Amino acid sequence: MHVAAVFLPLLGAIIAGVLSFIAPADKERGNRIDRAAQWVTCGAMLLAAVAAAFVFVDVVVDKNETTVHLATWIDSGAFEVSWALKWDTLSAVMVLMVTVVSAMIHIYSVGYMHHDPSIPRFMAYLSLFTFFMLMLVTADNLVQLYFGWEGVGLTSYLLIGFWYTRPSANAAAIKAFLVNRVGDFGFALGVFATFLLFQSVHLDTIFAAAGDQAQTTLGVFGGEFHALTVICLLLFVGAMGKSAQIGLHTWLPDAMEGPTPVSALIHAATMVTAGVFMVARLSPLFEFSDTALMVVTIVGATTAFFAATIGCVQNDIKRVIAYSTCSQLGYMFFACGVSAYSAGIFHLVTHAFFKALLFLGAGSVIHAMSDEQDMRSMGGLWRMIPVTYVLMWIGSLALAGVWPFSGFYSKDIVLEAAYAADTGVGTYAFWLGIGAALLTAFYSWRLLIMTFHGAPRADDRVLAHVHESPKVMILPLIVLAIGAIFVGMLAYPYFVGEASPEFWEAAILILPEHTALEDAHHVPAWVKWLPLGVGLVGIALAVLMYGLVPSLPGLLAERLHGLYRFLLNKWYFDELYDALFVRPAFYLGRRFWKVGDGTLIDGLGPDGVAATAVTIARRAARLQTGYVYHYAFAMLTGVVVIVSWYLLWQSG
Amino acid sequence: MSDFPILSVIIFFIPLTGVLLILMIRGEEEIVARNARNVALWTSSINFVMSLFLWVGFDTSTAAFQFEENLQWEGAFFSYRVGVDGISMLFVLLTTLLTPICVLASVEAIKSRVKEYMIAFLIMETMMVGMFCALDIVLFYIFFEGVLIPMFLVIGVWGGPRRIYAAFKFFLFTLVGSVLMLVAILTMYLTAGTTDIPALMAHGFSPALQNWLWLAFLASFAVKLPMWPVHTWLPDAHVEAPTAGSVMLAGVLLKFGAYGFLRFSLPMFPDATVFFTPLIYTLSIVAVIYTSLVALAQEDMKKLIAYSSVAHMGFVTVGAFSLTTQGLQGALFQALSHGVVSAALFLIVGVVYDRMHSREISAYEGLVQRMPAYALIFMLFMLASVGLPGTSGFVGEFLVLVGAFQANSWVAALTATGVILGATYMLYLYRRVIFGKLTKDSLKGILDLSPREIAVFAPLVLLMVVMGVYPGPFLEVMEASVDNLLRDFELARAATGTLAQASP
Repeated sequence: MHVAAVFLPLLGAIIAGVLSFIAPADKERGNRIDRAAQWVTCGAMLLAAVAAAFVFVDVVVDKNETTVHLATWIDSGAFEVSWALKWDTLSAVMVLMVTVVSAMIHIYSVGYMHHDPSIPRFMAYLSLFTFFMLMLVTADNLVQLYFGWEGVGLTSYLLIGFWYTRPSANAAAIKAFLVNRVGDFGFALGVFATFLLFQSVHLDTIFAAAGDQAQTTLGVFGGEFHALTVICLLLFVGAMGKSAQIGLHTWLPDAMEGPTPVSALIHAATMVTAGVFMVARLSPLFEFSDTALMVVTIVGATTAFFAATIGCVQNDIKRVIAYSTCSQLGYMFFACGVSAYSAGIFHLVTHAFFKALLFLGAGSVIHAMSDEQDMRSMGGLWRMIPVTYVLMWIGSLALAGVWPFSGFYSKDIVLEAAYAADTGVGTYAFWLGIGAALLTAFYSWRLLIMTFHGAPRADDRVLAHVHESPKVMILPLIVLAIGAIFVGMLAYPYFVGEASPEFWEAAILILPEHTALEDAHHVPAWVKWLPLGVGLVGIALAVLMYGLVPSLPGLLAERLHGLYRFLLNKWYFDELYDALFVRPAFYLGRRFWKVGDGTLIDGLGPDGVAATAVTIARRAARLQTGYVYHYAFAMLTGVVVIVSWYLLWQSG
Repeated sequence: MSDFPILSVIIFFIPLTGVLLILMIRGEEEIVARNARNVALWTSSINFVMSLFLWVGFDTSTAAFQFEENLQWEGAFFSYRVGVDGISMLFVLLTTLLTPICVLASVEAIKSRVKEYMIAFLIMETMMVGMFCALDIVLFYIFFEGVLIPMFLVIGVWGGPRRIYAAFKFFLFTLVGSVLMLVAILTMYLTAGTTDIPALMAHGFSPALQNWLWLAFLASFAVKLPMWPVHTWLPDAHVEAPTAGSVMLAGVLLKFGAYGFLRFSLPMFPDATVFFTPLIYTLSIVAVIYTSLVALAQEDMKKLIAYSSVAHMGFVTVGAFSLTTQGLQGALFQALSHGVVSAALFLIVGVVYDRMHSREISAYEGLVQRMPAYALIFMLFMLASVGLPGTSGFVGEFLVLVGAFQANSWVAALTATGVILGATYMLYLYRRVIFGKLTKDSLKGILDLSPREIAVFAPLVLLMVVMGVYPGPFLEVMEASVDNLLRDFELARAATGTLAQASP
């Protein structure tokens, strides 16, 4: 059971992968292969979800924490790494969430992709992605974590570039992989530093030793630094890449080039949350470094606000949700930063449900609109696709944090914890979080109104086609909607409330002096109600601007032209990186090649030597003129030189 | 088994029997070609199977040389002494594996002078395996240089349009390096009075002499490896060489340098090694960053992969000179993995070159639509090249960096940038060749991999995945020898230290 939950998706992926290579003789045969791939992968995912549920009960309820050792991976001197599955509350929660959401997305894909010519390949990628994610969350050492970490990066590259005939999809896929690699670079250095300090990368070993190393310094990068701070900051760079935090977020909006189920799978439930998971998993290290926690808080809070501002002006329906994801991840990080890891994970889980719901709902809209993604060409759809409309409302209410939806509970506890931390960065995070909450509600209702209300802006041909999605797409949405409504309420006591100490046990470590989570339950009433208040204000604002006075947004964009351009161009990050890294890399490459290799090394080296040899030979040949006096002159010169050298040497 | 001269059989008997058989083939050109291919394929395959017995019989618990043979000639100052340890054994297997693959890969590509071509490859095998097994420094030198001749011919006779320039450039670079090594070998013989490698390891040269000897060896190994800035022969040689020539060049020949460092520079000149480590670090880091950027700008597929080889070998030197268990094992593992992966990548280029006769990246696009199996194989080796966990490339790179970080965190960090850059040029290449719309008329009829080509790739894929997921057996082979090397290294350093303290 413990192994099946992780490896069933791999099995499904392999079978679907093999099926994708069978060239069907006719259309009938091709359809049968597609069906087979869908059944196998969806079946494997559902079974994995069932297995995960059993394991969850075993691990969390019956308290049977365990580590399943599979095989030795790398063994070199003290550096020992195994393939193993670590089951504790944290990984059981993650596995259950990932398998359930992923199973829903698999089923949804059956409907969404039914026109696509390469269905088996798509299903194989989805399952493979899920497998890597499961390996990531069940890792018992940092290198297996890295395996899953890079593996999801690879599969996201494959999925984002799934429609490989589109140049934009290929570009986005490469961008996602490379930006993630930059983060992984930091992660890898963090692993090396961990090994240098602990002589081990095994989680249990380093957690046990972390307390003793709390004061140790490490001589790296030309200085003596607090060892755990160095390690945590390096690892956090990896988390920033994977979770699209400010600076390394640029790949995420572009990644919307992939098919919609991919956006949901990668951005809502799984890959982007890996960074948050990692920080929570490594709480026994982060707890000992106040500097690292401070950085996590600042980065998280800044991203929460920054991404929300961009989300307010985007016109592509999926990009709005993508920036929203970025922003929500910021919340999770600053929760971790104030030592409220379980609040971060709580928000991670509720977010997985309502964000997957929003993405898949958006997919349902796009499906209905014949692949149109620009909200300016939508409008007035609510009568035509009422079920999707209702589901999108549920998702938006949860995202905006309206009672009693899931987001209300998780966002509140995150913000309360930030307030209760009572530190400078905590307060910074609290106020930016409040600001972001306002913006979140605003862009969510902007999306709803632009998509579903007002006059239809699409052309007649598209409108004639608009249809509600088939059951196979709607059913998973309903499951996710149920999660988006109830998970917050039901899970609150266990994740962050009364029952949380027994629930988490040793999976998360919080030092006694970090009391933010405890104090979060005793904050003033206004702190508790402020997020909901600003959320309602945001909704009202959006209704005013896009529902009642539709001329207002245009007017504002004109008045605040500079700000509008700045936001529309996403704070100019892409342009900046292009000028700083992409262009110089190609320029340098060309220069090194042509000048470095060509002119300098070869010019002075082999070609130069060859050329010189030829020249000397020519000159020598020219010397042989045949005239006697030339030879006589040369001989005489020689004699003079030899004699003078001899004499000088003698006297010297 | 103990008396059976297995190494000599692998080095000489089997390949040279093949050569003799091929020489005896007479008749029409067509038939000669087919028979020569078959003989070469059979002999090299038998040789591979034979070499597997080395692994079966290998004792991983000892660092001593195994399967030793020692023949003393009357009056000669050197002897025929061969043997393998954990450092060399897997390289022998790599060579014997790649030779039949090369023969099989040349079926379509080589149509003229097939007989001579096959003979060149079998002789090359003799030289390469001999080089890894030699335990006498003169013997080593003979093999080390001897391999140049068949390789020079393969490039010069069966190469592309600029083959003469490339062959001479290759020959000149490597020869200049080797001359200095010869001087060093003579000096060592005159100083130590023996040419026996194990004896030389134990000799303990004076620190002043070590520096000069070390530099002389560097000249040779740096060219072979190749290290920046003596790498420029490599892209030219690869571009002009036939596919199988590139496979051998990248797969085995480049490993000579890495092997040389581990067999000679580190154990024989420990003080000089420590003294010059900063130099190696600098050159390696420059190599990794510089050649990765150059690879990014390439328009020729083979050149791109050739430059990527230089970058990957930069990892090997960083690992070797980190002087840690992980670094050394990582360097060896990376060298082996690169032997498999770069060989496969050159074969991958060869597949489309055989069909379209162009290596220009811009001549291709959207190949996945006609060649899905090809796209998959290319993808797998691209991932191994960028060091994705689960592939062989990861284990080597990661261990190297783990080792390097313990020695010097800056070196590890700068070398690790190669991981990002490597992904950049490989993904960019893959995108341009495999993805996109297939619009070029010339590509519309291109065929996917043939069964023969699949047979060429299958063992390499298998090996690459096994090495990535379960590298234990490989690391186990190296362990005792690497530990022993490091132990002796420390002892020698300590001895010099006490001498230095005692003398003033």
